[in-house]
Amino acid sequence: MSATGLGASVRRKEDLRFITGRGQYTDDINRPGQAYAYFLRSPHAHAEIKSLDTKAARKADGVLAVLTGDDIAADKVGGLICGWMIHSKDGSPMKAGAHPALAQGKVRYVGDHVAVVIAETLAQARDASEKIKVDYKVLPAVVDMNDAVKKGAPVIHDVSDNNTVYNWHLGDKAATDAAFAKAKHVTKLDLVNNRLVPNAMEPRAAVGDYEPGTESFTLYTTSQNPHVARLVLSAFIGIAPEHKLRVIAPDVGGGFGSKIFIYAEETVCVWAAKKVGRPVKWTADRSEAFLSDAHGRDHLTHAELALDEKGKMIGLRVNTKANLGAYLSTFSSSVPTYLYAPLLSGQYDIPAIYAEVDGIYTNTAPVDAYRGAGRPEATFVVERLVEIAARETGADPAQFRLKNFIRTFPHQTPVIMAYDVGNYQAALEKALEMADYRNIGKRKAASAREGKLRGIGFSAYIEACGIAPSAAVGSLGAGVGLWESAEVRVNPIGTVEVLTGSHSHGQGHETTFAQLVSDRLGIPIDNVSIVHGDTDKVQMGMGTYGSRSGAVGMSAIFKALDKVIAKGKKVAAYCLEAAADDIDFKDGKFSVKGTDKEIDFGSVALQAYIAHKFSGQDLEPGLKEGAFWDPTNFTFPAGVHICELEIDPETGTTRIDHWTAVDDFGRVINPMIVEGQVHGGIGQGVGQALCEGAHYDKSGQLVTASFNDYCMPRADDLPSYNVGMTQTPCPSNPLGIKGCGEAGAIAAPPAVINAITDAVGHENVAMPATPLAVWRAAQKAVMKKAAE
Amino acid sequence: MYQFTYHRVDSARKAANLAEKNEDAKFLAGGMTLLPTMKQRLASPSALIDLNPASEKLAGIEVKGRNVHIGAMTRHYDVANSKDVQEAIPALAELAGMIGDPAVRHRGTIGGSVANNDPAADYPSACLALNATIHTNKRKISADEFFTGLFETALEPGELITKIVFPVPSKAAYMKFPNPASRYAMVGVFVAKKGKDVRVAVTGAGSSGVFRAGKFEAALTAKFHVKALEGVSASAEGLNSDIHADAAYRAHLIGVMARRAVNKANGK
Repeated sequence: MSATGLGASVRRKEDLRFITGRGQYTDDINRPGQAYAYFLRSPHAHAEIKSLDTKAARKADGVLAVLTGDDIAADKVGGLICGWMIHSKDGSPMKAGAHPALAQGKVRYVGDHVAVVIAETLAQARDASEKIKVDYKVLPAVVDMNDAVKKGAPVIHDVSDNNTVYNWHLGDKAATDAAFAKAKHVTKLDLVNNRLVPNAMEPRAAVGDYEPGTESFTLYTTSQNPHVARLVLSAFIGIAPEHKLRVIAPDVGGGFGSKIFIYAEETVCVWAAKKVGRPVKWTADRSEAFLSDAHGRDHLTHAELALDEKGKMIGLRVNTKANLGAYLSTFSSSVPTYLYAPLLSGQYDIPAIYAEVDGIYTNTAPVDAYRGAGRPEATFVVERLVEIAARETGADPAQFRLKNFIRTFPHQTPVIMAYDVGNYQAALEKALEMADYRNIGKRKAASAREGKLRGIGFSAYIEACGIAPSAAVGSLGAGVGLWESAEVRVNPIGTVEVLTGSHSHGQGHETTFAQLVSDRLGIPIDNVSIVHGDTDKVQMGMGTYGSRSGAVGMSAIFKALDKVIAKGKKVAAYCLEAAADDIDFKDGKFSVKGTDKEIDFGSVALQAYIAHKFSGQDLEPGLKEGAFWDPTNFTFPAGVHICELEIDPETGTTRIDHWTAVDDFGRVINPMIVEGQVHGGIGQGVGQALCEGAHYDKSGQLVTASFNDYCMPRADDLPSYNVGMTQTPCPSNPLGIKGCGEAGAIAAPPAVINAITDAVGHENVAMPATPLAVWRAAQKAVMKKAAE
Repeated sequence: MYQFTYHRVDSARKAANLAEKNEDAKFLAGGMTLLPTMKQRLASPSALIDLNPASEKLAGIEVKGRNVHIGAMTRHYDVANSKDVQEAIPALAELAGMIGDPAVRHRGTIGGSVANNDPAADYPSACLALNATIHTNKRKISADEFFTGLFETALEPGELITKIVFPVPSKAAYMKFPNPASRYAMVGVFVAKKGKDVRVAVTGAGSSGVFRAGKFEAALTAKFHVKALEGVSASAEGLNSDIHADAAYRAHLIGVMARRAVNKANGK
């Protein structure tokens, strides 16, 4: 392994510009003559717009235009779309209500887009927005899913009279019922997976630009997948054909899923740029981000696990209501269905599983993918159930898991997924050792002497990454294929530019992708640049989410590098006067087998462009190759996290004392970056478990609309992490990569709640386990103990 | 933010004169509450009178006899790190070091915090428990008279705090249970003993702002020891309930924080 090759902890190349404040984010981009957009948002969760008077606003200082839903309809700008079709049990298609970029007659959540003011300055646009007179007829709102499906509940979209988007199911109901019928023990559990606000550090932003000379648009936007944005804006929303629409996603300061989607604001900015004849910029402030970024999670679940007399799992039944908010966001329909239920087998050999999921409209912000997207929700269900089943049957939670783990691979679960490879017991055994599990009793006793409650919680998670192959996602309803593309451009002096359809917004692609190139071509890592995020440079790509950039994006680069090497061999053959089949390539040198004749990569690159040696022969000049990679399966990262914590029963304060993470990500390209991803993921998972929760009041106002009330985890909420790895290389891609971006966020919540419930004596504690919630549970535990 | 007129003044007198001429003017000290509120368009003063140029006159810490004088424009950071405060009233220095984050502590001022009387702010509890005197450009007001309700004080329009005088206690401690989201006090209890007099002030919990906990004071006046608080509890009546803490939990925390503060004040 070289110092910059695969497996080396190379320092991040991109950090020089990020830590010196030289990143170039969307809000840093300013176009000549730029105007500013301010969105007037609905203060009501549900209301009819009886009239909208923009006269005074249009006359206000600096105002260029005030645009409403009528204008967008008149210009035949299409509505926002949901790109994944889900069918209900009865075969009927999901009920997708119209989602106009500016409200047309009705608003459906607080923050919904009523109108936009374009003005010379942002302050003028905002001042003018206060002059817009909106006559609302306020309608009753519904924010609770159980209320939304009741008879007589306010109807949010006419297409669904019971606010249900779909009643979907997966698995074999009869086989599962049969398993429960013969069960020796059944564990039952009601769970809430709390709603989260993504809170990327960089708020969403967009700059729309129109060039009348070429009739072409440019959109700068905070996107994780600029090509998908262009595709949707072009083919569905109808801004312009793709060759007349360039989408640039420059440096992006965190996404966590929330920047996958195509939102109203960027749609309006790019459309309005032509309308007012000026570039139009919009940057969300933090309050707008809280109200209008797609939120995450928000499930209500009842789950049951059936065990036989030996404590083996024989059946799993899950019923989930998933809040999809007021409109279907871009991929929202898939998150609680195909990204959720197929993971319900966890790491366990469960012969029968049946899951039902109802997608529900409410008068709240749209809900879509957020770090882990469906897999954290599935893992929370499985790992809470498994933990409680172990406790109820008097089994040690670690031994109970070991007994039920899948041991042979490949393993076909009853819920679509075919796990390719893994070694779950190796990860658990390593984690038990690292966490010093055998001495937990002593540590609990020591805490008790100090008046504290100590608990330990396990989470043996599995996830499905890559969000590919295309045929698989297509058969499940995806409107797109989910491959990835790469182009490797070798310059005449042997430096390399890699164009990738993946998008880096914190993942460190500029480093890890360059490591791959450096390793395979035997050239210094500084001779490699990674180009992404611009549809004019990179032809096509599917973007970054679902931990897919390593497993799918790098595999495309790998394949393109194969082609570069193959072409290089042909060039080298001419230079070395040998047959191409006799050329070897190793450590940056092409050589003739069995001889000392060799030529280095840089010289071959030069010869490829000079072409003197093979002019007129059957070989094209140049050295540039592209590839598309579509894998044969999802990848299945898995691992075990163990959380050990101490609770102060007097105050309910939880302090995480030790965190052990043993993950199997397959082959690791850069251990430092992978550890960073694990740390960040756990931080978000602990955030969900202990701190975060979006809360709407009954009228549909977001109570947690700022950091004053929405609790983000901070450094002092988090422990030092003890991170270990096991490795079973993934067989479905050439690098053996599985993906690591979401693991921590998936693993952490059940580990924390299992530890808290262990500490307080098995009281079911809901997330977020705030001091108030933990204090209440601890009080009950103390009283129960006193009663005994 | 709406438009406003911005004035800079280098003395309390000039500030007061300007305030008299501008009815909805606001004094700007550290601006840690006022500026975010204005940015969100929740406040729209016609004018801001920036006191920062007057810092030389209005900031500073002095120990005079058995009193610590702290100028209104003194930053939280300077109180937290003052050797004089750390020696005379260590609990006060510690309290200042727990306010907000480093950026807030370098900008926010004691006068601004006390004048704003946020029900979850830390300083009001210190003023009340230490029996401080708030000096203004017009008069001296005892802490007991000063804090009159949520964001309400005895200050009259145009009246400006110039300094706060804290008598040095024999024992004191502040225990804060922060709101997990905002890190303001969800419950903060300041306990102080001076001679026979024991005062216990509670911030963050009361629906009308900072208040004295009479039952705790009586018990601790009898004996300044944690055992004196056995069986003493705060009533949930009149306490705040929100998504972070209901009144019962806040009442419970008052007891816990009070006991911990007493132990701390006694060096335990």
